[in-house]
Amino acid sequence: MADAETSGGGIKIDPMSQFQVQPLFGDSISVFTISNVTLWMALAVLSVIALMVLGTRGRAIIPSRSQSVAELTYGFVYKMVEDVTGKDGLKFFPYIFTLFLFILFANVLGLIPMSFTTTSHIAVTAVMGFGVFFVVTIVGFVKNGSGFLSLFWVSSAPLALRPVLAVIELISYFVRPVSHSVRLAGAIMAGHAVMKVFAGFAAIGLVAPLAIGGMVAIYGLELLVAFIQAYVFTILTCVYLKDALHPHH
Amino acid sequence: MATDTPDGGLSLTPMPQLEFATFPHQVFWLIVALVAIYFILTTIALPRIAAVLAERNGTITNDIAAAEELKLRAAEAEKAYEKALADARAEAQKIAGETRDAIKAQLDEATAKADADISAKAAESEARIAEIRESAMASVRDVANDTTGALVAALGGAAEAGDIADALEAELKGRG
Repeated sequence: MADAETSGGGIKIDPMSQFQVQPLFGDSISVFTISNVTLWMALAVLSVIALMVLGTRGRAIIPSRSQSVAELTYGFVYKMVEDVTGKDGLKFFPYIFTLFLFILFANVLGLIPMSFTTTSHIAVTAVMGFGVFFVVTIVGFVKNGSGFLSLFWVSSAPLALRPVLAVIELISYFVRPVSHSVRLAGAIMAGHAVMKVFAGFAAIGLVAPLAIGGMVAIYGLELLVAFIQAYVFTILTCVYLKDALHPHH
Repeated sequence: MATDTPDGGLSLTPMPQLEFATFPHQVFWLIVALVAIYFILTTIALPRIAAVLAERNGTITNDIAAAEELKLRAAEAEKAYEKALADARAEAQKIAGETRDAIKAQLDEATAKADADISAKAAESEARIAEIRESAMASVRDVANDTTGALVAALGGAAEAGDIADALEAELKGRG
């Protein structure tokens, strides 16, 4: 990761170059180009296969270690969906589990030195965020018809306040996909950039021990963030889905 | 945002996140990846894990039921054991009582027999003692009779044998 170089006493810190989308072959990016994005997304898919398919191939009553991890992951998300959205939300479980596994593995794979973090790109997180937004909105209208609009009409509030609250609720509803996606991309990007800055300072002899210690600490924190952001994205998806299935406050 | 400071300090590339030219590329591959994961999960992984979990729950439920049944049977067996123990104890007490009674009866019989023997022997002995005394008394009378007769004769008297016998009889009665 440390590509900061000392040159004539000066230091060169370039925290953003790690996020560059680069083609693996040739030098132009088109839609179907094989790039580092393709590579690391493919690795995330392979990791999902390794855990959820190869890990469970024993189908054992008493699970092996990998099967146990796969079952725990499954149970964790399944219970989250069931607890937050209720029984009727369980048919969206595969969709939510897909998002969770992709974000989790993309985040964790991104922590490998020299790797590329696909979830640090707003383009990626926005597709997922707006995907959730559209799914939730469509499900809300299909399930409840115009009754879904009662989500914005807070019937427990005094009548005079309701139009004001409706405007606020409406704005917050449309901000959801933005905050949903920017939160993930921002957290991942910031953490990686900070690590790169520390790596740059590690080139200066005097502060090197401090910088390296800081990097170790930040790396631990980033590992935590990798899991927490996957969890946050998933549970917010569940909360939005609950609003769509049960819009009445 | 690209700033190359002349003194060789920070040099920043613009945010690659905002290079809109790469967006279609990223979105395309993201959708491919998500569809791939979704397809793998729904066709292979999720049914398999759900089946394993259901099977495990079934096994656990069955095992708990079996354990429950075994526990019940153990309780029954313990009850039967307790009952057998109580029965055996009662039986033992009964046998002990019977044996005691039998021994007591035998003992009583033996005692009674011994008592009877003893009293019979005692009676026989008494009879013999009485006989001996009788004969001794008779001997004494004879001796006294003879002695008296001899004494009377020695003193020069003549006495009828009947008188002497009467006198002795009176004397013996007086001492009686």
